[in-house]
Amino acid sequence: MDTSNLKKVDLIFSKVDDPLHILDKALQKSQDDIINEIIDSGLKGRGGAGFPTGLKWKFTKNEDSDVKYVICNADEGEPGTFKDRQIIEMVPEKIFIGMTIASYCVGAKEAYMYLRGEYNYLKKDLVPKMENFNNDLKNRGIDITLFLRSGSGAYICGEESALFESMEGKRGEPRNKPPYPTKSGYNYKPTVINNVETLVYVTMIEYIGVEEFRKLGTKDSRGSKVFSISGDTPIPGIYELELGMKVSDFVREFGDGDTKAVQIGGASGFCVPRKNFESTIIGFEGIPTGGSVMLFNSSRSMYNVLHNYLDFFVEESCAQCTPCRAGLQQLLKGIEAIKRREKPVSYLDELIKLSKTMKVASKCGLGQSIANPFVSIVENFKEEIIF
Amino acid sequence: MAKALINIKINDIPISVEEGTSILDAAKQLNIKIPTLCDHPDLSVSGNCRVCVVEVKGAKYLQAACATPVAEGMEIYTNSQVVRQSRKHVIELLLSEHNADCTSCSRNGKCELQDLAAEYHIFDRILLDLLNPEDMIADISSPAIKKDISKCIHCQRCVRTCEELQYVSALAVIGKGPQQHIGTFFDYPLNEVVCTNCGQCVLHCPTGALTERNYIEEVWDAINDHTKHVIVQTAPAVRVAIGEELGFSYGTRVTGKMVTALKRLGFDSVLDTDFAADLTILEEGTELLTRLKRALVDKDPDVKIPMFTSCSPGWIKFMEHLYPDMLGHLSTCKSPQQMFGAVAKTYYAQKKGLSAKDIIVVSIMPCTAKKYEAQRPEMRSSSYQDVDYVLTTRELATMIKQAGIDFMSLPETDYDPLMGESTGAAVIFGATGGVMEAALRTAYEIVTGREVPFKNLDITPVRGFDGIREASIKIEGTKPEWSFLEGVELKVAVAHELVNANKLVRAIRNGELHYHFVEVMACPGGCLGGGGQPYPVSWEVRQMRAQGIYEEDKNLLFRKSHENPEIMQIYEEYLGQPNSHKAHELLHTHYYPRKKYIN
Amino acid sequence: MEESKELIKKSVAKHGKSRNALMPILQDIVADKQYLEPLDIALVAEELDLSAADVYGTATFYTFLDTVPRGKNVIRVCRTISCYMSGKDEIISTLEKILNIKVGETTIDRQFTLLTANCMGWCHKGPVMLINDEVYHSLTPEKTIEIIQQYREKSKN
Repeated sequence: MDTSNLKKVDLIFSKVDDPLHILDKALQKSQDDIINEIIDSGLKGRGGAGFPTGLKWKFTKNEDSDVKYVICNADEGEPGTFKDRQIIEMVPEKIFIGMTIASYCVGAKEAYMYLRGEYNYLKKDLVPKMENFNNDLKNRGIDITLFLRSGSGAYICGEESALFESMEGKRGEPRNKPPYPTKSGYNYKPTVINNVETLVYVTMIEYIGVEEFRKLGTKDSRGSKVFSISGDTPIPGIYELELGMKVSDFVREFGDGDTKAVQIGGASGFCVPRKNFESTIIGFEGIPTGGSVMLFNSSRSMYNVLHNYLDFFVEESCAQCTPCRAGLQQLLKGIEAIKRREKPVSYLDELIKLSKTMKVASKCGLGQSIANPFVSIVENFKEEIIF
Repeated sequence: MAKALINIKINDIPISVEEGTSILDAAKQLNIKIPTLCDHPDLSVSGNCRVCVVEVKGAKYLQAACATPVAEGMEIYTNSQVVRQSRKHVIELLLSEHNADCTSCSRNGKCELQDLAAEYHIFDRILLDLLNPEDMIADISSPAIKKDISKCIHCQRCVRTCEELQYVSALAVIGKGPQQHIGTFFDYPLNEVVCTNCGQCVLHCPTGALTERNYIEEVWDAINDHTKHVIVQTAPAVRVAIGEELGFSYGTRVTGKMVTALKRLGFDSVLDTDFAADLTILEEGTELLTRLKRALVDKDPDVKIPMFTSCSPGWIKFMEHLYPDMLGHLSTCKSPQQMFGAVAKTYYAQKKGLSAKDIIVVSIMPCTAKKYEAQRPEMRSSSYQDVDYVLTTRELATMIKQAGIDFMSLPETDYDPLMGESTGAAVIFGATGGVMEAALRTAYEIVTGREVPFKNLDITPVRGFDGIREASIKIEGTKPEWSFLEGVELKVAVAHELVNANKLVRAIRNGELHYHFVEVMACPGGCLGGGGQPYPVSWEVRQMRAQGIYEEDKNLLFRKSHENPEIMQIYEEYLGQPNSHKAHELLHTHYYPRKKYIN
Repeated sequence: MEESKELIKKSVAKHGKSRNALMPILQDIVADKQYLEPLDIALVAEELDLSAADVYGTATFYTFLDTVPRGKNVIRVCRTISCYMSGKDEIISTLEKILNIKVGETTIDRQFTLLTANCMGWCHKGPVMLINDEVYHSLTPEKTIEIIQQYREKSKN
């Protein structure tokens, strides 16, 4: 593996002696100084959407409101993604520190972690650790408190406004945007919502410094990223890698020698066929990802893969908006009908058109992203879908 | 402070609009129509149907025009190729989930989805049929409202209506994914849940998913059964709205034409609920004065003040479910519809030499809750169901069309005698505040012997559409028998829409507000905005109907209930005094506590 | 029912009466009895001054807030892509066989309910299942049988 073109990194899970020292050091700086550091670091959201973290904080800080919130989005639900679980298990203090720094920067007194219901078993360890941390904050005279809230099995609650609705005791139906969370989030107050991993990188940027962080990755994709690697690979698991690598290098490292396609960004991401491995970059300049990379070898039917994805989305759609609710069912039943020869092959073009409408007309990111896997799988593996 | 102006362009036409304006409203100002389904002027913005999506230059995704506020420099395209394609897709997707057997639907010809499908030429539907066969069975458990999920387009207007206007939330969005649907608590049938039957969901539904239970055929059968004497009564608010279904503009008064039409439909006697409204005023006014005497003079701790009106059956059921501890505040008076039915099958029957069993009473109501009310077991004072069938304004319009009557050219005729005389006081029952105004016109005069001290009898403080309105009248110069009211500041309040009623009742229960008399109407604007009135509805439409009602009041010979000669006659010849034993038997009722989640 | 009442009162005392407390309260009930009955929801609605239909609608949005009767142990087998690729079908058929129920059903002794669920975040170690809040990964038919056996033993003791 030394011949690898992939650059492995050890930041997220690295052992830090006395992590609270990072917090103490950070809080000696002004809010604006930290925000500017995070902006300078080039850190972008690690949940997948890739919004610059520092800007998010700046917008929230600039809002005039007595009450503001910080939320750590631990509703990791994208199929193929499991890195947040491991981060929460292994380095929870680093998350807590990130949440506290964010709260300090924007002026929030309450910071919540919204943990998906599927990870309830993590609470046994997490709750006492959070209590200890809160005590540490109290002992330092820091007026910020961390809270833990749980989901109950709804993929869509990973969408930030759906997450707020859920925390407010409602159905997790995404809101209209604008307004964005920085202006109107949880309880309709200015809110910073960051992914678990993003908050740990905040902690690590404060630890290693902006310059060290900027050395990693590429111009558009600064830093490293934790990848969840699964599918047809002899070495599935979690890897922290520098951003901006080629898919071909990736396949060389993780493939089983027979990789025909790589799905980047989970079920809602893109499928890259073998012919494009060399020309595709994983990162914000190419295909961004929340960390999921799934490999498929030639034994897999891409029809079954697509069918499984669509099944998932059909079930997990909040179903409030027409394109997502009805469109998803049309895509699923549509490929079934083509397979059964009840619809002509040309119907596939109608479905692609429909998925493109779903992309532009849906209310939230779920419906908007269905076209990514649908079009990339259908166009690259048309024969497998039809026959 | 004036809001900042935002400069935008829609379809390359520049316009400046106030900050916070939605793209939809900005387009309206340019007379550019953007289609909508989930949007309704009475309700909060949802942005879920996506039929109003428009293109905003530079934006990655289309924006819902109803939910997106304008921003400086925005360039919006409402009819670009991608917008047209998306809109057509959205309409076709809705049709793919929809039982589009339009000819079997009571909203055929009046359906917002059908209109859009026609407008956008969705002729060759290529998408698959997603309709779930299980959804084809409609819920007809309620005597008032039919819920047909196969016609539902998931716009959630009904859910927002039930919550935002009525504070009932009998309907909610249930499940997610393909299971998502509009349902009730554990999907129990409508008649088993908190539903007040107000029918606002029906009025706000864009399709045939929620409709009134239709009794037209039963009424035709009754008319054609010559062994029966079929009486029809018409509620105050019907006369200013039914014209809308038959060619007239919003709020046109068509009382005389409506009476002629009813006679031509074949009813044996065309009478007026207004008569019973006057009766209500006499009974309710007397009850109020008696309660005040018991409270102020006798210091009776059992008497409940304020007294609430009881004309609106949706409001009654709301109280039974949500405030069972407050039922003692409700006037024991039946609603005018039920007073009418009870008197029709007793007094009228006697006068005409008929037997109650041979009389059929049909009501024309702006209301769906009246359908439920008529079937309440208490409403059988004549030993028979006092009111047999209740039709909405919309159903009557349908009958008139079915009979081939050219409504616009009809001559005007008067109601039949005995129970057909009306006063202005009765007519204004159709508008929020009207019962209060009518009651004050009579009660004040009973107590003082003088007319209420308002110009032209118009008690304007209780008029209008503010959700909750208050007024007070100082009682001075009382007659000797009412001297205990001398100098009393009579405090009254009026609320419409149950969400406002809820606020008022809660404040009264918590001892934050104190009144003597409170009028509540379940529907926005009162009965003129009832769940049985013509589509569409908005505050502009309600305003025009209210205007019609107050004009009708102004033009009537009698404007106070106690001056109605037929009312004097019925007390003289049949009932004795208001609140007499006989009056109690026929005209008063009682209420039952219910649960907050099931019937 | 008295038990539920007690539980709800306690949970409301802990989480408060604002709507924001709804999810934690419903989660408490489900943690205790695996599903929500009509009266549970009605009581919670009453306590929080919400419409019962609204609370029901909220609960039905969340896969884990079941509103139909469930057994003491709710088994959820992941059905999403990686677990599909690593053989979740075999695990499901094993469970169906040893429990003698189909997916969606509950055993007659009300000990087990068998369900499928979406991605559980163990994609590198599929197939995976949750039993109540416990996760079991890298399943094989043999391992699955063993786990169920352990639960059966536990319920005997």
